[in-house]
Amino acid sequence: MSPASGPVPSVVIVDDHGLFRSGVRSELGDRVNVVGEAEDVEPAISLISRILPDVVLLDVHLPGGGGQLVVGAVKAEHPEVRFLALSASDAPEDVIAVIRSGARGYVTKTISGADLVDAVVRVAAGDAVFSPRLAGFVLDAFASLPEAAEAAGLGPSFDPELDQLTTREREVLRLIARGYTYKEIAREFTISSRTVETHVSSVLRKLQLSTRHQLTRWATERRLI
Amino acid sequence: MPAEDGKPHAGRTRWHSRDWMRGPRTDGPWRRGGDERLVGGVAAGLAGRTGLDVTVVRVGLVLATLVTFGYAAIAYVLAWLLLPVSGSDASIIHKAKSDRRGIALAAGLGTLLIVLVAVASAVGAGWLSAVEWPLVICTAGIALIWRNGTAEEQETMRRLAEPFVGLTGGGRRPRLVWRLIVAFVLFLVGTGILVSGHESIRMLAPLGGGVLVLAAIAVVLGPWWLGIARDLVAERRARIRAEERADMAARVHDSVLQTLAMIQRRADQPQQVIQLARAQERELRSWLFDGRAPGSMDTEMTLSAGVRHIQQEVEAQHGMTVEAVTVGDCELDDDLGALLEAAREATVNAAKWSGADVVSVFAEVEPGEVSMFVRDRGKGFDPDAVPADRKGLAESIHARMSRRGGEASIRSAVGQGTEVSLTMPRAVGKRQSSRS
Repeated sequence: MSPASGPVPSVVIVDDHGLFRSGVRSELGDRVNVVGEAEDVEPAISLISRILPDVVLLDVHLPGGGGQLVVGAVKAEHPEVRFLALSASDAPEDVIAVIRSGARGYVTKTISGADLVDAVVRVAAGDAVFSPRLAGFVLDAFASLPEAAEAAGLGPSFDPELDQLTTREREVLRLIARGYTYKEIAREFTISSRTVETHVSSVLRKLQLSTRHQLTRWATERRLI
Repeated sequence: MPAEDGKPHAGRTRWHSRDWMRGPRTDGPWRRGGDERLVGGVAAGLAGRTGLDVTVVRVGLVLATLVTFGYAAIAYVLAWLLLPVSGSDASIIHKAKSDRRGIALAAGLGTLLIVLVAVASAVGAGWLSAVEWPLVICTAGIALIWRNGTAEEQETMRRLAEPFVGLTGGGRRPRLVWRLIVAFVLFLVGTGILVSGHESIRMLAPLGGGVLVLAAIAVVLGPWWLGIARDLVAERRARIRAEERADMAARVHDSVLQTLAMIQRRADQPQQVIQLARAQERELRSWLFDGRAPGSMDTEMTLSAGVRHIQQEVEAQHGMTVEAVTVGDCELDDDLGALLEAAREATVNAAKWSGADVVSVFAEVEPGEVSMFVRDRGKGFDPDAVPADRKGLAESIHARMSRRGGEASIRSAVGQGTEVSLTMPRAVGKRQSSRS
């Protein structure tokens, strides 16, 4: 229930389920300005490129391909557009793929309306939004990286700056995975909410920029079901 | 008999060509066989005790009875009276002690037999007196057993007695008549040889006569006994089948039906329905084809599977969302099983009492330990003023963890939700990737 400070962000919703789109639209209410809807990859790309909203709410699964296609195509032309990924499934390879293509966050579709508004506002402000699930995936992926890197003889290409999480980042992710909000995490570590944001953004950057192909391989290998 | 023994797994696999005389051996106090019994279960009990095959024991008992002129039968009846049937502690004699009418009946029958034998001796059938005491004691003993045995035993005896009753009753006349005639001739010749003691065959008399008498008995009673043996086997199989069916029903209920219920609840979320269906399919396959029990938190399960199991269970039973996140994975052992049990209890507790819509469950596998956190944003409570029921639960979680060397702590405040933290050190093993 953070106050809607600053301008109301403009939002485009991309989802192939009409019912879900209208549901989200009504849940978001007037705290964000929904300026358009699209239901597949191609229409979404042209719509977003035309409107240039602050935030795109993007379903990970679309009939014409994964949501990462939309992110990739739009980001190439308009890097200022920010994406928040949504999905009903927790298949990590999909989630990691869309995050690595440039989305600023990931939440599950079961999220409450208030939390979703909050997430949209934060993404619009340039922050990263991690659901507990995503935090778990990232912890899992990065935890197995150093060993895997050594085992694969990838020593030279291993960049600790990008391929390793700091202790504090790991702690923050753990609390997110345990269901803590940023505010609660800040209280827990007696740091400011701003610092928490910084840590999460830094994790997001590592997730997107790490060239270690283990990350992708991990994601594809780790099929939950 | 052993080939038809209704328990195909019980010991057959251990029989090799050389030790066909061996059977499965049991420990503990000496009991009569319950399932394997043909008459009183004494042979089965003896077989289990000595490790001999039950058929060998039975043949031995029959031979001993013949050789000792029936005295071995006394031992059999006494054992029947004195040994409790397996799975029970009370013997028949224990019950019979207070059965006055039964004792009177046994004494009466015994006296009657003594008189009959005396009369028979007087009219020349003196050979009967050789088996007098076995006859008297066995009859009295069986009378007591008949009156004081369990319902099952009475049923067995009734069936064994059927042929004798059948001789006087109806039945398939022509064949019965033929069998009786053959038996009568055999019996006459047999007893004739036994009694007469003709010079030329005196040496062979006991053996030949005995064989003929046995043959006579076999001809008359054999078919019935075969039928009884077949019935016993069929009955045992039916019981095993019924047990299997009940077991199956319970498992299907725990797994498939639960999943179907969850699918109905989430019919509007195709992705989740697909996941549920796929998970259930895999579980069902692993049960049907690999023999792994579904829904059980056995050691073959991994930690993440256990967490998923808790999630599904609590979501299905308490209609609330469980956000489960697992980092890393490993095989379960007893310690981690206890950790999962404690986490399950904490989750169920949150579902029941917190009033929150969502419970977060987080599990992380590290090289040295596994930690789990169960958190809700419900009404919480003041840990210093804990109501009795909450305290009991906290203690049961604590106890469960500390027994295995783990730790549990609970953080809560009124209006701020509750978090249960559980940590269990790992015995061995490395961190594994969470592929399952």
